[in-house]
Amino acid sequence: MSTGRGVGQDHLSVFEKLQLISWPLLILITLVAGVGFISLYSAAPGSVHPWALSQGVRFCFGMVGLIIVALIDIRFWMKAAYPLYVIGILLLIYVDIMGHLSLGAKRWINLGFMELQPSEVVKITTVLALARFFHASTSEDVRNPLYLLAPLFLVLVPTAFVLLQPDLGTALMILIVSAALFFLAGVRYWIFGVVIAGALALMPIAWHFMHDYQKKRVLIFMDPESDPLGAGYHITQSKIALGSGGVFGKGFLQGSQSHLNFLPEKQTDFIFTLFTEEWGLIGALCLMGLFAAIIAYGYFMSLSCQNQFGRLLSMGVVVNFFVYVFINMGMVMGLLPVVGVPLPMISYGGTAMLSVLFGFGLLMSSHVHRDVKFTRRGLDMA
Amino acid sequence: MNRDMERHKEFSRRALMLGVGKIALFSTLAVRLGYLQVFERQKFTTLSDKNRIGLRLLPAQRGEIMDRFGAPLAVNKQDFRALLVPEQSDDVEDTLARLAKLIPISAEEKEEIMVEIDQHHPYAPVLVKEDLTWQDMAKVDLNLPDLPGVSTEEGQMRSYPLSTATAHIIGYVGRVSKAEMTDDPAMSIPGFRIGKSGVEKKYDEILRGQAGEVQSEVNASGREIRELSRTEGKHGHRLTLTLDSDLQMQCQTIISQQPSASAVILDAHTGEVYALCSHPSFDPNVFSSGIPADLWEELLADPTNPLTNKAVAGQYPPGSTFKMMTALAGLESGAIDVNSRVYCPGSWMLGNKAFHCWKHQGHGSIDVVGAIRESCDCFFYEVGHRVGIDALAKMARRMGLGEKLDFDVPGEGAGLIPDTEWKRKRYKQRWEQGETVVAAIGQGYVLATPLQLATMAARIANGGKAVKPILVRSIEDEGSKIPDWPMIGINQAHLDLVHKGMFGVVNDQRGTAYAERIKELPFSMAGKTGSAQVKRITEAQRAAGHASAADLPWKYRDHALFVGYGPVDNPAYAIAVVVEHGLHGGSAAAPLARDIMLAALKRDPRVISTVDDAEKKATQDKLKDKN
Repeated sequence: MSTGRGVGQDHLSVFEKLQLISWPLLILITLVAGVGFISLYSAAPGSVHPWALSQGVRFCFGMVGLIIVALIDIRFWMKAAYPLYVIGILLLIYVDIMGHLSLGAKRWINLGFMELQPSEVVKITTVLALARFFHASTSEDVRNPLYLLAPLFLVLVPTAFVLLQPDLGTALMILIVSAALFFLAGVRYWIFGVVIAGALALMPIAWHFMHDYQKKRVLIFMDPESDPLGAGYHITQSKIALGSGGVFGKGFLQGSQSHLNFLPEKQTDFIFTLFTEEWGLIGALCLMGLFAAIIAYGYFMSLSCQNQFGRLLSMGVVVNFFVYVFINMGMVMGLLPVVGVPLPMISYGGTAMLSVLFGFGLLMSSHVHRDVKFTRRGLDMA
Repeated sequence: MNRDMERHKEFSRRALMLGVGKIALFSTLAVRLGYLQVFERQKFTTLSDKNRIGLRLLPAQRGEIMDRFGAPLAVNKQDFRALLVPEQSDDVEDTLARLAKLIPISAEEKEEIMVEIDQHHPYAPVLVKEDLTWQDMAKVDLNLPDLPGVSTEEGQMRSYPLSTATAHIIGYVGRVSKAEMTDDPAMSIPGFRIGKSGVEKKYDEILRGQAGEVQSEVNASGREIRELSRTEGKHGHRLTLTLDSDLQMQCQTIISQQPSASAVILDAHTGEVYALCSHPSFDPNVFSSGIPADLWEELLADPTNPLTNKAVAGQYPPGSTFKMMTALAGLESGAIDVNSRVYCPGSWMLGNKAFHCWKHQGHGSIDVVGAIRESCDCFFYEVGHRVGIDALAKMARRMGLGEKLDFDVPGEGAGLIPDTEWKRKRYKQRWEQGETVVAAIGQGYVLATPLQLATMAARIANGGKAVKPILVRSIEDEGSKIPDWPMIGINQAHLDLVHKGMFGVVNDQRGTAYAERIKELPFSMAGKTGSAQVKRITEAQRAAGHASAADLPWKYRDHALFVGYGPVDNPAYAIAVVVEHGLHGGSAAAPLARDIMLAALKRDPRVISTVDDAEKKATQDKLKDKN
């Protein structure tokens, strides 16, 4: 296996690593980010202030960060998985307490240059922790339901704290991504059947614990026309914007829905609507094609990994990205309730973009180090 | 490794299953989008059209600005205007041409309208003409059926009753430029204006208020069918300033005697600015309705800078008006005391370099009071040399120089008080002793704004209270904004000596401004003259007898300055006047300061009552004598 260009060697030089980085994926990511700048420019309207420019600056920093993360040895990330997981939880607890003290939902920490949302951080750290856990387990282990209690605990702790914020969208995302990792690790099919059945049975109880505004959103999702000027406004206006865009769109900077402020949160959660109103079905399909290409690329990178940690980590990042895209698009099209999930790389917002880029950095690191061999505990194979 | 191979296989199998699921979900999205955008397109397009005419903004009334007695400084007056919605007009050019037959629209204006139409969405109304007379509006209204897309509206224009006298301090409003756009929906109201300078700019958000909004259902031709919701706007807050509009006007008239001058007069104890003027000025009413390009060019090219508020932004070497700082630094540090005398032969030597006194024959032996009174340079060279630049700078800063004063008008100059550290940072050079000597008489690097000089005069006059100039007295119904100022901590005996010197400047025959004293009893003033070199006089020119700056071209002549306070006992006001290129503080700046001070004193009930008391006492004394 160990032939040429350092592939298969345990220690690679920085130069060798740079050669192993998958540049096509970086180009795809940059293209998607480019669509984001165009949309933010249009949302401003027709200005790089206040969104497009700062988003561009963040993207540049994020890309540099991505490459740095990719160059760091995958064994380091494996060793760091649990400590990072703990840090993520501590950050969550910190904002929960601060939010409690300031009598409201507080979801971010002000770092001065940006606002850090710990719930975005734990999405990635939970994937890291699960990948590390399942790396060390055998096929027999994961078939034992009792063995799964420990990883389940790893998932439920951050989910619970995120729910406390309360941030239903992120909590659901953590659960979905974790479920995918359990599935990929080889957990038996019937266990998923039982869990899904149980979740359906528990729904009425969950309903009881939901905030009023969350209940309202779900109800309105069922029947948006019931309240066209109130809370159903978001969905109705978004559908009008999408539909009136047609096949070819209204043209760049010409989205009347978006620019007359009929469209709410046009620079964050509803940016896909703004883009599609102006660029039409053709533009939207191109964008979806770019997302699909990124996901497909991630797939092949994950499958070519020669170790379980790298595979699970990569696939966790890819699934996380997919869930982001799917929930956001489904939400603005009226297929899913409005839960406040941004469109990755396009919506305005620092933490979401940086956490997605950090995730891609980890994906890239497992790709660069795909042939590195290590034991169940992450040490070098002597 | 077998074990991992097995895991890898299982992983791949399951990944494939997940992948199929993802493709299915993504396809659902694509199908849904196609459905919305292809099959339901017509329905949503109609809804979207309906939407976009359904929002109408109600402009909020801009807050008025009043002087301290409630006299208006900036108000809103009603006007009529014509608007055009390009989308509703079949041919914009044709409509405008027909409209031009009814009301005057110049070619220039028409060009601007066309540019504006290009920049906005076709469904957004564009302002065609404002400030229409009632007759003009009636003419347009009568012909509306022939003018598709045109409508008339009643609006409000900003008006400044004091015109040029408050142009700099109140500022003016103007159309929103691209760079000034924010997400305030009011910005999209046709003809909306924001503060561009002065108080109008600084307090724009408070004055602006909040635009209201009407959401209504409308048919395809834009007619309102029914109102769905209405949010009333909030009118902007009213500002009450500390200015006295009568005094402001008198002050502007007084400084207009010179080609380019500025003046500040403030309450010595509270810092309230009673008048702040800069001459030449401009008419803010013309600016508010849109500045004609040729007028703008002319104002920009004028060497006397009519657009600049020189009282706040102008930075000048303070010259001899700085000598009080040197005196106080010397007294407070103990380098000199009341009895210290310096012999002035007409120049002062540092090593082999001579520093000249303005009086070539010299002042002879002189003490601190005399040195202020007669503005002896040699005395202050010596004192400056003794205390050093850092102590000098520290004193100047404590008295309000060298730093911005957080004044309520944008564009405030910071001035400059140099010290050793400043020079190291700025020029990476050591401070030279000769520079201390120059700084001690307010030349060299030292710079101050008229506002800072007035603040300095107030701090001297009020016994060392750290007042700062205040312009806004209250916002709407909130209480007074005037704080209690802390004491700086300067020995009263030392201030008394300075007061004595400044009294002498104006009221002693040997003083540099004796000719400009207030002769009308019982009003009185103390002060200090100054002149600031604009062009250095070289040693060669001095030898050639070219010491007089009067034969230089205007723009190279010295600036004339005066700072002061009045009345002499129990000061109420502090003042600073700077006459650009006015040559001598005593002859150019002092008479202006005297007239402004006298006007202020005559208007002040506190001062008048003491006058009445004095008169009564005099009459009583006379009666007593008779008895």
